[in-house]
Amino acid sequence: MAQLFPKWTNRLPILVLAGLVFLLVFIVFIFWYYATPKYLEVGYRPEQPVPYSHKLHAGDMGMDCRYCHTNVEQSAHANVPSTQTCMNCHTNVATESEKLLLVRESWASGKPIEWVRVHSLPDYAYFDHSAHITAGVGCESCHGNVAAMEVVEQKKPLSMGWCLDCHREPEMHLRPREDITKMNWTPPPDQMDFAKKIIEEKNISPPTDCSGCHR
Amino acid sequence: MLDNTPLVLGNETFSSITDHISSITERKAPKQWYLLLALASSLALVLFGMIGYLFWEGTGIWGIQNPVGWGWAIVNFVFWVGIGHAGTLISAILFLLRQKWRTSINRFAEAMTLFAVLAAGIFPAIHVGRVWVVYYMFPLPNQMQMWPNFRSPLLWDVFAVGTYFTVSLLFWFTGLVPDLATYRDRAKTKIKKMVFGILSLGWRGGNRQWKHYEMTYLLLAGLSTPLVLSVHSVVSTDFATSVIPGWHTTIFPPYFVAGAIFSGFAMVMTLAIIARKIYGLEHLITMKHLDNMNKIILLTGMIVGFSYGMEFFIAWYSGNPYEQFAFVNRAFGPYAWAYWIMVSCNVLIPQLFWSRKIRRSIPAMFIISIFVNIGMWFERFVIVVTSLSRDFLPSAWDYFTPTIYDIGMFIGSFGLFFTLFLLFVRFLPMISMSEVKGVLPQADPHYYDHEHDTRKGGQHV
Repeated sequence: MAQLFPKWTNRLPILVLAGLVFLLVFIVFIFWYYATPKYLEVGYRPEQPVPYSHKLHAGDMGMDCRYCHTNVEQSAHANVPSTQTCMNCHTNVATESEKLLLVRESWASGKPIEWVRVHSLPDYAYFDHSAHITAGVGCESCHGNVAAMEVVEQKKPLSMGWCLDCHREPEMHLRPREDITKMNWTPPPDQMDFAKKIIEEKNISPPTDCSGCHR
Repeated sequence: MLDNTPLVLGNETFSSITDHISSITERKAPKQWYLLLALASSLALVLFGMIGYLFWEGTGIWGIQNPVGWGWAIVNFVFWVGIGHAGTLISAILFLLRQKWRTSINRFAEAMTLFAVLAAGIFPAIHVGRVWVVYYMFPLPNQMQMWPNFRSPLLWDVFAVGTYFTVSLLFWFTGLVPDLATYRDRAKTKIKKMVFGILSLGWRGGNRQWKHYEMTYLLLAGLSTPLVLSVHSVVSTDFATSVIPGWHTTIFPPYFVAGAIFSGFAMVMTLAIIARKIYGLEHLITMKHLDNMNKIILLTGMIVGFSYGMEFFIAWYSGNPYEQFAFVNRAFGPYAWAYWIMVSCNVLIPQLFWSRKIRRSIPAMFIISIFVNIGMWFERFVIVVTSLSRDFLPSAWDYFTPTIYDIGMFIGSFGLFFTLFLLFVRFLPMISMSEVKGVLPQADPHYYDHEHDTRKGGQHV
């Protein structure tokens, strides 16, 4: 019988096998890396209608988050302030600023400013701000150091796995109530003792079953 | 007691077997083949068309409703997986038990297994509704850190059926290698030479190759043997681990396995009878083979019948009124017609095989094998639908009626199965040439016969 295949084809089976394994791992890696919120959503930084600077207000001037986001401790939803909240100060401060033109217009007309939502969870995920604040999870844990941001952007993936990381081991993310809005907070050396105490006191048991968030 | 009927009739030699089997794929296909393929592939198209509509419209096109959330899709799945079992039984267990009569039927029984498992696999995949996230069934790393529920038998199914298909495919392919090499050597065209050359993995038939080959085959047979029992056991746990009366019984795994072998042999029988007739293989698939298979059908049919009886006994013995109701409802409720079709086809009709005359009558066994196939489909229908349609809450009771899509997809799955099978028959050796040669009298020459004065070789008579 004549030779059908040249000699190098002897190596073909092993090459094909290795190639298939590589391809499989590669595909899984591509999806695992590129098709997750860690890659797709972190860094989302939409342009807002008014160039409001969190860095100036919350950082340099040291305003508390809750001056504007007033309901965050009581309600599931952390409200975006109404124009009136802006005008509390801006009737006196920078009254002629061109950047604030839209704010004054809105105040005069009564039509709200259409802020662009940065942190958006899917509708099928139920998230309650007040529950997290009450437990002692700081703003920074999910939103990053907002007080350092000129323009707010998404810093954390907000993926389900990321939520679960904290729901399974909340210890390093719980603070005393007075430090809730503090930025650049780092857990003190005795954090574990504190966490143990507070978890027992407040009976904190973050749900990890489906219906915890998908109600 | 020993049956000395030869396994190959006629005056076949090594080369005549090669010629005979190879020529089936080398010469033009008979007219019946084209007719059957046209029919089968049109039905397969019906299946694919309906699947397309299902994806578009959703599972509401089926007859499923509350409380019957599992309809024909699951019935068909269990039916087809069950049919697959005969192939593995013939190829693995009968091989380990050195039942030489398996040689002429194992190849196409294994092919039948693969195609049946393929037909089966379609149904659980499409019944999920959101088919585009069907990959959730596999444990893939994802941002949700969400894994399939490893405590759910539905997941065990994915692994059981997946393993089963993979091992069956490997086993079938390993068995094919020497025959593919024969095809390669006989091939006339360059393309055929290349294709069979690649598939035969450089087989030369040397001594060392045969040694490795036979060890591999033995190991694969050992690997697939537990699968014959495990796959349908796992399928049965889909039902048995639930709390529905009529499903929640420990007898399910052995009862399902026996039923699977029963239905699988019936399907092998149906196919074998047609194939040996069309291709003139009566001397290779002899009456002895058919007789043996009929005996297995008779045996497994009685195991299945015993299970039906035992279910009733346990329902009564358990003292559980729900369990008792479920079984009385099966036999005398709104689905009594299905129950009695099942009992007649699976328990009563196979009893005819006690008669040697019927076991050896081609028309009789063909008809009985079809009855068994029908009966086994109804068995799954009875299990799935009767228990669900009358559950704990009488206010929820309802009668299940299939829609045209239920029926079309079931018939279409036969189309897919037969299309694949016909293509297999056309392009690959449907009988294992190398193994059949091994059971020829010429393969066992007794040159070492010292008891006689004359030392000339010869056949053992």
